[in-house]
Amino acid sequence: MTTAENQAGETRGTDAPNILLRLWRNKDTRSVILQILTISLLFAFIAYIVNNAILNLEALGKTFSFDFLGMSASYDINQRLIEYTSQSTHFRAMLVGLLNTGLVAFFGVITATILGFLFGIIRLSHNWIASRMVYCLIEVIRNVPVLLHILLIHGIIVHVLPSPRQALYVGDSIFLSNRGLTIPNPVFGDDFSYSVFAFFAAIGIIIYFRRWARKVRDDTGKIYPVFLISLGILIGLPLFVFLITGAPLTWELPKLGRFNLKGGVTMIPEFLALWLALSVYTSAFIAEIVRSGILAINKGQWEASQAVGIKRGRILQLVIIPQALRVIIPPLTSQYLNLTKNSSLAIAIGYMDIVATIGGISMMQTGKEMESMILVMGVYLSISLGISAIMNWYNKRIALVER
Amino acid sequence: MTLSKTEKPLTVTEDGGYLPGTHPDLPPPASVHGPVHWIQYNLFGSVTNTALTLLTIYFLYTVIPQLVDWIYLDAAFEGESRKDCRAVANGACWAFIGNRLSLFIYGFYPEAERWRVDLTFVLLILALVPVLYDGTPQRGKALIYSCLYPLIAAFFLVGGFGLERVPTDQFGGLMLNIIIGVTGIAFSLPIGILLALGRQSHLPIVRILCVSFIEFIRGVPLITLFFVAAVMLSYFVPPGTNFDLLVRILIMGTLFASGYMAEVIRGGLQAIPKGQYEAADAMGLKYWQSMRKVILPQALKISIPGIVNTFIGLYKDTTLVIVIGRLDILGIGNSSLADSKWQGLSTEVYVFVAIFFFISCFSMSRYSLWLEKKLHTGH
Repeated sequence: MTTAENQAGETRGTDAPNILLRLWRNKDTRSVILQILTISLLFAFIAYIVNNAILNLEALGKTFSFDFLGMSASYDINQRLIEYTSQSTHFRAMLVGLLNTGLVAFFGVITATILGFLFGIIRLSHNWIASRMVYCLIEVIRNVPVLLHILLIHGIIVHVLPSPRQALYVGDSIFLSNRGLTIPNPVFGDDFSYSVFAFFAAIGIIIYFRRWARKVRDDTGKIYPVFLISLGILIGLPLFVFLITGAPLTWELPKLGRFNLKGGVTMIPEFLALWLALSVYTSAFIAEIVRSGILAINKGQWEASQAVGIKRGRILQLVIIPQALRVIIPPLTSQYLNLTKNSSLAIAIGYMDIVATIGGISMMQTGKEMESMILVMGVYLSISLGISAIMNWYNKRIALVER
Repeated sequence: MTLSKTEKPLTVTEDGGYLPGTHPDLPPPASVHGPVHWIQYNLFGSVTNTALTLLTIYFLYTVIPQLVDWIYLDAAFEGESRKDCRAVANGACWAFIGNRLSLFIYGFYPEAERWRVDLTFVLLILALVPVLYDGTPQRGKALIYSCLYPLIAAFFLVGGFGLERVPTDQFGGLMLNIIIGVTGIAFSLPIGILLALGRQSHLPIVRILCVSFIEFIRGVPLITLFFVAAVMLSYFVPPGTNFDLLVRILIMGTLFASGYMAEVIRGGLQAIPKGQYEAADAMGLKYWQSMRKVILPQALKISIPGIVNTFIGLYKDTTLVIVIGRLDILGIGNSSLADSKWQGLSTEVYVFVAIFFFISCFSMSRYSLWLEKKLHTGH
């Protein structure tokens, strides 16, 4: 085909437009030309905006540098997991913000998963009234913006809940008021490290036990109640060690002071609102993912298992759930990522996450818009890409091997 | 075999039994059929099921009456302040919403010019009809109008050419949500299609560019993009030029939705069997022809649920403009709470906005279900 085109070109003569036309008509050279064009346009565009940025920065008398991270931040943060004072640096503030984002995302993911699976399973049950109610609940939750959830729950905590003096309480340990949720503060004794060690040892034993149980199941068909035994080991072993080392843990109970609760750990209203709102909002999406994942399993799988005479619970455990997980897990992780990204809305209620610290107050104070935004976006981007990479690896591992 | 109506077949024997094969069909017994069975099976099938039913009924019993009380029975609909509301009722104080309804809808748009917003909205509905409903008479011509609609809307809302100019920072309320939402929806679909095609392209550079763009957009939260629009974008234009914040927001919202749209459409493209691509090539269709006539119509059809979900997501995300100081319907509600006459009514405001969003998003998802069913060709 190329030779024919070449000949056609030669007969037409060799002046410049014709050479170009010939190159354009050839599929391979055309794609090269297109790509060169694309890339030169891209570079021209980048050069143009970088040039503009340099001119603009010069006009404002600013420089592009990350030196401001070492300067004193001089603002307070209402929730900090690591030591931080207003004398600390902007970099430290950013770390505090990052940890706050991580904290709310971590708790949010756990509760959203539990709620979501619960909703999804109820939605699938025969129980007409429960499944209808959950359906309505899910539709209402997911058709309302997440920001509205956050503001609504924050509004309820701050405006509707009573002041600390009239706090709602459970026993004398848990208090809920418009200053947040206060729970007892654990005070660890010296020997508590043994229990922590025992906990990790228990996890190791469980992993080993599960492998062994799986092997026994594959070899002989004998099935152990793996979940119950695992749970027993996970709770029992640390508890046993905890008790023989003399229970080295005391609780510091919150006490009602004159105006406020003293002692204990207080979850601030901003954290509570963000945590609850993100979990509830995401759980509605997770419920739909779980439901469609289980429905995606061919009915024949159920029928075949029933025909072999497996019990209903075992069918779920051995046949349906392993297959459904394959469908559920990829969209589930993208929901987890969404939850993490949505936690950036913290800024609307004043929870100091990474956007509110480095991308908010630090940026306003130092005027380093570009540097701050690059940092914030870089952090989110690395979280997302990192988790996507792990997910791709996992998906490859569990993907159905088709024969 | 024909039987006259008067001459019934003799099926009953002398002792009251039936001849073989002539027993009339009886209804199934009540234990496997009918409302009693239905209730037994669906509500009280097992212990857990019964517990679940009772729990749900108890929950509904405690929540619904209170909710109805608060929203309607014990609510105040008229009054000039929170005190007026509390004087007549203990429930919701809807008078607050009623008093500020125009603020919720138009934001700070000058009162004398508000007819322009109404007109734009009516024109929007007219522009949507041919897009959404394929039985529209003269659909081809009507679609041209739909394509021109963004220009018409911009003219009426912003003004110029004889109409009084309204600065875009006076846009607000519901109107702002609809502007951002509709713009994003209208432009993100074509851009998303191009990105998805680019991601599948044979040209490595085009592919790399599209993948990086999509991954970048999907990797960062929308509010950081809005922040970029608000504080950073002005660095990238030549010194002295100043382009409107609303336009920057619109661009960012559209780009954000396009990234997600591209992934949804890529899913559709990947689901098309390879034979379709090969058949199109075999017909001698060029790349764009085969895409337009063979691949995209099928790919878009199967991506409808995802596309509509992206639309709904974008529409809900329009509330985020609040973080860069633009007051959409939620922002207006939030800032009205500062009024000392109406303090402490946050729940009313949020419930009102939630109802509004629920209605619009839910109807969008219903429309998508209807469209899916209509386009389903049964294979």
